[in-house]
Amino acid sequence: MPGNFIPVNYLPIVIFIAIALAFGGVTLLLGTLLRPRRIYKAKLTPYESGNIPFSDARAPFPLRYYIIAMIFVIFDIETVFLYPWAVVYDKIGLYGLVEMTLFISVLLVGYIYAWKKGALEWD
Amino acid sequence: MTFSVTDIGAVLPEILIAVYACAILLIEPFLPKDRREILAYFGLAALGLAFIATWQLLWADLTVLNGMFVLDPFGNFFKLLLYVAAIMTILLSMGYLRRERIDLGEYYAFILLAICGMMIMVSGSDLVTVFLGLELMSITFYILVGFKRFEEKSLEASAKYFILGSFSSGILLFGISLLYGLSGTTNLEAVALHLRGADPGNPAWVLAVILLVAGFGFKIAAVPFHMWAPDVYEGAPTPVTAFLSVGSKAASFAVFLRVFMEALGGIHADWRFLLILLSVITIVMGSVVALVQTNIKRMLAYSGIAHSGYALIGLLVGDRLGIFSLMLYMPIYAVMTLGAFGVVTLLRRGGVEGDAIDDFAGLAKKNRLAALAMLIFMFSLAGIPPTAGFIAKFYIFMAAVNVHLTWLAVLGVIFTAVSAYFYLKVVMVMYMKEPDEEVHLAAPPAVVMVLAVAAVAVLLLGIYPGPFLDYAQNAALKIR
Amino acid sequence: MVPLSYYVILSAIVFFIGVIGVLIRRNIIILLLSIELMLNAANINFVAFSHYLKTITGQVFVFFVLTVAAAEVVIGLAILIALYRGKATVNVEEVNLMKW
Repeated sequence: MPGNFIPVNYLPIVIFIAIALAFGGVTLLLGTLLRPRRIYKAKLTPYESGNIPFSDARAPFPLRYYIIAMIFVIFDIETVFLYPWAVVYDKIGLYGLVEMTLFISVLLVGYIYAWKKGALEWD
Repeated sequence: MTFSVTDIGAVLPEILIAVYACAILLIEPFLPKDRREILAYFGLAALGLAFIATWQLLWADLTVLNGMFVLDPFGNFFKLLLYVAAIMTILLSMGYLRRERIDLGEYYAFILLAICGMMIMVSGSDLVTVFLGLELMSITFYILVGFKRFEEKSLEASAKYFILGSFSSGILLFGISLLYGLSGTTNLEAVALHLRGADPGNPAWVLAVILLVAGFGFKIAAVPFHMWAPDVYEGAPTPVTAFLSVGSKAASFAVFLRVFMEALGGIHADWRFLLILLSVITIVMGSVVALVQTNIKRMLAYSGIAHSGYALIGLLVGDRLGIFSLMLYMPIYAVMTLGAFGVVTLLRRGGVEGDAIDDFAGLAKKNRLAALAMLIFMFSLAGIPPTAGFIAKFYIFMAAVNVHLTWLAVLGVIFTAVSAYFYLKVVMVMYMKEPDEEVHLAAPPAVVMVLAVAAVAVLLLGIYPGPFLDYAQNAALKIR
Repeated sequence: MVPLSYYVILSAIVFFIGVIGVLIRRNIIILLLSIELMLNAANINFVAFSHYLKTITGQVFVFFVLTVAAAEVVIGLAILIALYRGKATVNVEEVNLMKW
C-alpha cells in the first residue's frame, strides 16, 4: 500500500531514541547547572592516566597507513562484484564461473605485484 | 547471457593488450634492474600483434557482448592510429626514461593499459563501456603524468590532472545518468531510437547534452575546459605528454563523435550551436595565448587546444563530409604532434631541461636533421602546403563551407594565419640564432626512426593523400 | 511511494554540493570527498531511474561506478602521498610551481 504506509512497528524504537536523547541531554544540562565552577590549568589538561601530557595528540599518521588503506580499498571493492555473482550463480552457470575466475585472476596479478614490491610489509 | 566465439574474436586486440600489460606487471618485479628494457620490446610486441589482429578485422562490422561493444571500420581506423601513436611513444620513451632515471617496467604496462582504455572507448557502443574505457585511460594517465616522481613539477601536474580529470568524469557521469533517465537505456543505438519517437523538447535533454559536452570537452581540452592542459603538458615526462596530446585526444574525439552522432544525432540542431560557440572560443583562445608562450611544451599545449577547436568544426557540421574531415584531422594531427614532441625529447640532456623555446637556438647547427624534421612539423602544424596539416585544415574548412558556415571557415583561416607566427618563431630560432655552445646533439636511433617516419608521413600525406583519403572515406562512421 | 522527482532533486543537490566543494575548497582530501559526492549523486540517479523504469541497467552501472570511484580514490591517495613526501602539504594553493 504505497502512499499511506505508517511504520507502526518502528514506533517503540522512535520512543526509545527520544527517551535516550532526552536522558543524555537532561543529565548534561543538570550537571552544568548544578556543579560548582572552579577552573585552574591542571584541570583543563586532558587526563592521561595521571601522566603529564608531553605533545599534541594530533600527530600525522605514518604514510604506511595510507598504503595499507589503498590496498584495502582495491580488494574491498572485489566483494561488490562477488556478492551479486554469488546470488545469481546458479542461473549463469559456467559462463559466470569463467568470468569470475578471470576477474579474480586479474586481481591476483595486482596482489602478486603488490606483494613482490613489498607494499604488504610493515617495515 | 549469450556468448560465442565471435565475441572473443572481436575483442581479441583488447584482450591481447590487457594480457601483455598484466604479464609486464608480473615479470617486472623478478627482473634485474638493468634488464628492464626488455619490457619495452614486450610492449612493442603487444602493439604489433594487436595491430595485426585489427588489420585482419579491418572491415568487420558487428556488435558483440550484448550490444556493449561494436567492431566497425570507424573504430578500427582510430585503433590503428592509436597503435602507431603508442609504438612511437614507446620508442621515444626508452632513451628518455633512462636519462631521467625513471626506467621502471611499469611504465610500459601503463602505456598498454592506457591504450586498452582508449580502444574500449572508441569501440564502446554503450555508455557503460564508453565510461569504463574513458576511466581506464584517465586513471592510467594520472599515474603516467606523475611518473617523474622525484620531481615536484611532475607530481604537481599529476595532482592537477587528477583533480580536474576526475571532476570532469563526475560531470560526464551525471550527464550519462540523466541520459539514462530520459531514454531508459544506456545503449547508444537504443537512445537514438528513443529520440526518434519521443519529444526531445524536454529541457532535461539540453542539460544532459551540456553535461556530456563539458565532460568530453575536458578530455579534448576545449576552452573553457582547457585549464589543465598547459600545466600537465609542461610537467609530464615528454613522451607521456606526446601520448596524452595525441592518443587521449584522438580517442576522446572518436567517442565524442560516436556518442553525439549515433545516439544524439536526432537533436543535432540543439547541440550544434553549443559546439559552434565552443569551437570559436577554443580556436581564438588557443591561437592567441600560444603567441606569448616561452616554453615549447606549453606552446604545443595551446596549439593542441587550437587544433581541438578546428577538429570540433568537423564534429559540429555532423554530416558525412564533417565526419570524414574530423577523421582525417586526427591522424595528421597525431603524426605532426608526436614528431614535434620527439624533437623536444632530444634537447633534454644533463642539466638542461630543454623545453624553453630559446633552447632551440641554433638547433640547425647542432643537429641538422632534427632541425629539418622540426621545420616540417611546424610547417604542418601551421597548415602550410605541401604538408599534411594543410590537407587536414582544407577538408575541415570545406566541410564548414558546405553547410553554409562560411564565417566559421573564414575565422579558422584568419587564426591559422595568426598561429603561423608562433610556429614559425620556433623555425626562426632554430635557423637564425647562433647556438650558445658548439656541440653536436646526438639522437638515439629509436628517436631518429620516429622522427623520420613522422616527417615522411607528414610530407606524404601532404603531397599524395589519395589512398589515405579513400581509406578514411570508406571507414567513416555510418549515419543512421 | 516517494515520487521520482524527489530523488532527482536530492541527487542534483548532492551533485552541486560536490561541484561547489571542488571549486572552493583547497584541501586535496576534501576535493577527493567532493568528487566522490559527484559520483554518488550520479549513482542516486541511476538507482532511482532503474527502479522507476524497471530496467536493471542503472544498477549495473552503479557497480562499475563504485569500482571506478575506488580506483580513483586510490590513485588520488597515491599522488597525495608522493606530493606530501616532497612538500609536506596537502593544500592545493601551495601546489603552485606552474601557474594555474
